[in-house]
Amino acid sequence: MIVLENAGLRRGERWIFRHVSFKLPEGEVLAILGCNGRGKTTLLRTLLGSLALTEGERTMPAVVGYVPQSQSGGEQHRCLDIVTMGRAGRLGLFGLPGKADEAAALSALATVGAERFAERPFGQLSGGERQIVLLARALATEAKVLVLDEPAASLDLANQDLLLGVLMRLRQARGHTIVFTTHHPQHGLFLADRALMMHAGDEVRYGRASEMMTDAELARLYGVPFSRHAAGPGRTDIVSPIFGAAPLSP
Amino acid sequence: MMSAPAQARLLSGQAAGAAFHWLALVLLLAAAAFASASVGRFHIPFGEIADILRRGLLGGLSPETMEERILVNVRLPRILLAAIVGAGLALCGAALQALFRNPLVSPRVLGLSSGAAFGGAITLLVGGSAAVLFAATFASAFTALVLVAVISHVAGRSILSIVLAGIVIDALFSAMISLTQYVADPETSLPAIVFWLMGSFSSSSWQKVGEHGPVILVAIALLYRLRFRIAVLSMGEEEARSFGVNVGASRWLVFATVSVIIGGCVAVSGVIGWVGLVIPHAARLLVGEGHRRFHGTAALLGASFMVAVDTLARTVTSAELPLGILTAVIGAPVFIYLLCTRQARGGLAR
Repeated sequence: MIVLENAGLRRGERWIFRHVSFKLPEGEVLAILGCNGRGKTTLLRTLLGSLALTEGERTMPAVVGYVPQSQSGGEQHRCLDIVTMGRAGRLGLFGLPGKADEAAALSALATVGAERFAERPFGQLSGGERQIVLLARALATEAKVLVLDEPAASLDLANQDLLLGVLMRLRQARGHTIVFTTHHPQHGLFLADRALMMHAGDEVRYGRASEMMTDAELARLYGVPFSRHAAGPGRTDIVSPIFGAAPLSP
Repeated sequence: MMSAPAQARLLSGQAAGAAFHWLALVLLLAAAAFASASVGRFHIPFGEIADILRRGLLGGLSPETMEERILVNVRLPRILLAAIVGAGLALCGAALQALFRNPLVSPRVLGLSSGAAFGGAITLLVGGSAAVLFAATFASAFTALVLVAVISHVAGRSILSIVLAGIVIDALFSAMISLTQYVADPETSLPAIVFWLMGSFSSSSWQKVGEHGPVILVAIALLYRLRFRIAVLSMGEEEARSFGVNVGASRWLVFATVSVIIGGCVAVSGVIGWVGLVIPHAARLLVGEGHRRFHGTAALLGASFMVAVDTLARTVTSAELPLGILTAVIGAPVFIYLLCTRQARGGLAR
């Protein structure tokens, strides 16, 4: 279980976020939503342990499969080497990956349908292909918790579909607990059991995604009206922002 | 899902390619070493070198002829030290560029080179044995490291704060070297300090190999063994931490090992720039990055390059040229070429 209790982080005099509390049961998916600057990525960094909380408590496993928004560096590494790095925590300070680790990395690449990238330099891949390889690296850790920072931010629609499909499969078949930030409410509705909505003024709301992500609540979160359409039996409703409908700020 | 035979083919193909790669690099180093052993004011033919080495390896050689004495007592220790220093500097450059995720980083950025040089300059000013010189260069390089650690810790421990702390410490130790030169005797110690700071292997001997070689080689082996951890750290703090890696301890172990190598190299040959900057770029161009080939390629290329440059330094003119001048003259255009090549391939990747 991932737990934050009354968590807050302050930089100087400014609170980046405050009063954040949630308990995410194992095997469930949490979507974190909010406008730019609300502290979504900073919240993820505190979950990962890269930043210390100013107040509150955090409970999180030591090893996490982390997929950053983008990977700077590593462009001249082979993709197989990038994915093998997910095994680092198992190898010790002076350890080198062996055949078993490379096989695990190849298996992780196969899980996300990216084994064809194994020998290619990471820098030669498109943004979407890189995200898929980074997801494979996260899987190579064999962690049961995946943390993804806006994983679909640079993906075209086909790659978004691929990524969301892989995540859904991981959640259903392997029972991964997944936390991700997103600017796409549709992704949250498709994938998440729970939603954490970071409003202005330290207001944070947490609950079941289907109950939280109403049109009215999304409109209040983003300042843009939303419309909803049924996509058919067994499919997630289509939620779309109505651009140009909100009054322009003076 | 990739089949087991396909996985096996992929992995065995890698092994065959790796064997050829390492053989080529070792042959390059051997060629540089043989050429260096042969040329000079006193030419020794390749056949005679091979014969002397064979007798030496069989244990029946006590240098008697001029050729034997020059090869065994003068050129061999010099080639050995040049190779060790070249490998050490290049490996340190590769490690630091990975850790700082910055291709323009070299041992100078942490202030280690200047720190080590200050220790050496003080020793030359007041006098001291080779052991004292090594102790002083290591101690002052490590002092520079601790100062960088303290400043960067106070400033937030980010990569940027470490780089800025390194720049400040480099400037501080450079100023202290200048002060050392200012108070040095212009007839005796000042020329020695100035020449030593420009870099040279002219004082190489088996005694020096014994005094400095083992420590530097052990540190090189340690740093080489850390290459996978270094590659992981080059992905960024959050990523490495999420894999379960202790980022702080790993990073400082690498820094400490680098400071031992730099301290040792400066004690052996003075300050030699460019090797730690240019050679990792050349290695990256040849084999990309990653823990498999990059660090070893950089070390072997660095060793070959340093042996070749040292050979040039003692043969192109009647008086021996300082190595720092030659490495800059060769390194600057090579670095510009590498930059332009990479720009043409889509810009600096890192």
